[in-house]
Amino acid sequence: MTKELIHLQNISKSFDGQLILDDLDLTIHENEFVTLLGPSGCGKTTTLRIIGGFETPDKGKVIFDGQDITHLAPNKRNLNTVFQKYALFTHMSIAENIAFGLRIRKKPQSYINDKIKYALKLVGLSGFEDRTPDSLSGGQQQRIAIARAIVNEPRVLLLDEPLGALDLKLRQDMQYELIRLKNELGITFIYVTHDQEEALTMSDTVVVMNQGYIQQIGSPEKIYNEPENAFVADFIGDSNIVDGIMLEDRLVEIFGVKFPCVDTGFGRNKPVDVVIRPEDVILTENSSDELQGEVTHIIFKGVHYEMEVTARGYEWLVQSTKMYPVGTKVGISVDPFNIQIMNKPASEDEEAAPIDG
Amino acid sequence: MVKTKRMRGLFTLPYISWSLIFIVVPLLMIFWYGFTDKSGTFTMDNITAMADPVHAKALWLSVLLSLASSVICLLLAYPLSMILAARGEKGRSVIVMLFILPMWMNTLLRTMAWQTILEKTGILNTILQALHLQPLQIINTPYAIILGMVYNFLPFMILPIYNVLVKIDPSVINAARDLGANAFQTFLRIILPLSVPGIMSGITMVFIPALTTFVISQLLGGSKILLIGNVIEQEFTQAYDWHLGSGLSIILMIFIILNMIMEEIFDKNGEDLAI
Ligand SMILES: Nc1ncnc2c1ncn2[C@@H]1O[C@H](COP(=O)(O)OP(=O)(O)O)[C@@H](O)[C@H]1O
Ligand SMILES: [Mg+2]
Repeated sequence: MTKELIHLQNISKSFDGQLILDDLDLTIHENEFVTLLGPSGCGKTTTLRIIGGFETPDKGKVIFDGQDITHLAPNKRNLNTVFQKYALFTHMSIAENIAFGLRIRKKPQSYINDKIKYALKLVGLSGFEDRTPDSLSGGQQQRIAIARAIVNEPRVLLLDEPLGALDLKLRQDMQYELIRLKNELGITFIYVTHDQEEALTMSDTVVVMNQGYIQQIGSPEKIYNEPENAFVADFIGDSNIVDGIMLEDRLVEIFGVKFPCVDTGFGRNKPVDVVIRPEDVILTENSSDELQGEVTHIIFKGVHYEMEVTARGYEWLVQSTKMYPVGTKVGISVDPFNIQIMNKPASEDEEAAPIDG
Repeated sequence: MVKTKRMRGLFTLPYISWSLIFIVVPLLMIFWYGFTDKSGTFTMDNITAMADPVHAKALWLSVLLSLASSVICLLLAYPLSMILAARGEKGRSVIVMLFILPMWMNTLLRTMAWQTILEKTGILNTILQALHLQPLQIINTPYAIILGMVYNFLPFMILPIYNVLVKIDPSVINAARDLGANAFQTFLRIILPLSVPGIMSGITMVFIPALTTFVISQLLGGSKILLIGNVIEQEFTQAYDWHLGSGLSIILMIFIILNMIMEEIFDKNGEDLAI
């Protein structure tokens, strides 16, 4: 990886006596697209506000390019934020919105004009200079919010669920736009979302958070294919998480049926969590030695069928291009390398324990 | 359809009759009296009477004192509203109540209270004397009238300003800070322009009642200081010249309407300028 740019050092933050961030430690590199991903209320916005300077952590430090900026005012930080609700200045034209930061820095008018033109072109809204924020659609307002931030040439752009209010189609378009923008600008993006698909599509690094703890840090592929605990597995994509017993290396027992797998080092007869992605479940008819179940529900999803198969009281989620009508008796099997074994948390508490990235 | 329309018409009946009896009829009566003389023939004398030096001076003084009160109210109300708006939900309603509560008390009563405070041997001077300080001669001066106006009309300035301030999205202020503005620049470029509508309606709501008051000037200004409100009141209650009183009222009404139109234009311009 490239040079380290931001280091959140053991950050803790409470609101009204409630711990929101607990000993959070995170390193962000230059030119990285980092996504903070987690359910609503897990502390993503708070983390971003601490980086932006709008909150002060109770404990810990924010290091930016080797300097402690924990107590530096927001207007003195070399980074800009795109807020969740756009927060455009409704009493100013689009051009004046974009010029705001440059005017504060007393840039010459010709420079400002060039920058406005450049930024509007970059976000695909050339010619919008004299419009007012109220006359723009949500997607357009979002682009202006981004343009307003990037003309200041920040080293880091913080984005708090910037696509949250847009409809699905626009959201997908904007995802590609943002990736293009980041590559063009060559700056660091710290992106907050609760949408796992968004996180997987756009990021270099995904930071999965829950209840103020970092659950896992890794590339999208790693997070998806090798979730480190049941929370990550459950949160990233749909998955079947079932109880299993690791009989020995490379052999796990699920609902009394032995499944070969590739994991080792769990010891013998150890209770574990087993994660199997819906697309990895293989259904067969007229089988006898496999886990037996019955199709209880089916929906057509376009590319594939999504089925629910009840076996030993557990409802398996299965995605397959082959259709099995409701009521069909099927056998369930999984390729060994598609079985992901995880240690069970020793207690409820440990489930949320920090895991080293 | 027809039925609901008729029903709706029925519901508006009380409102229409109320307006007729208490707004339209008095207004027509004022116009009738204003444009006729005692014999009932048409005349413009009651209108042109405003040019009479005594009346013109009273109007001029009214404008001056109302303007001063509006400015003082604005200077007091703006920081107060900011403090109020900055407080979270908690405690906000209590403070707002504290400001609204005096509005429920009769203006006359409240102003009389000030009379007893400011009198030559009133509470203020008693305290000053106890502290061996020079007694103040405030009562029966224009200053006492301004004080009374500010005291009575301050809530009308606070509420509209407070209302626009609480509606400003905190993330807009954060955005300004994020883009490099310090607290003062954020106030000047974001908060102040966004609160102009509140300031304008606050000024209107203070200036107009101040311009037409006669109670405050009567109680705190003594009989020497005549505001236009006092002149009109005296025409009705002492001189029994309803024709002249109505004529002067019409001028005052036109004056207020012009004033509101001007503020409206200024408000629009202000928005344009900010853009
Ligand atoms: N200023 C605040 N005062 C009190 N509680 C807050 C404040 N900001 C955030 N919280 C609480 O902290 C938790 C995390 O909030 P947040 O960081 O916004 O989560 P996320 O962005 O992941 O949805 C929430 O339970 C929220 O209610
Ligand atoms: Mg949030």
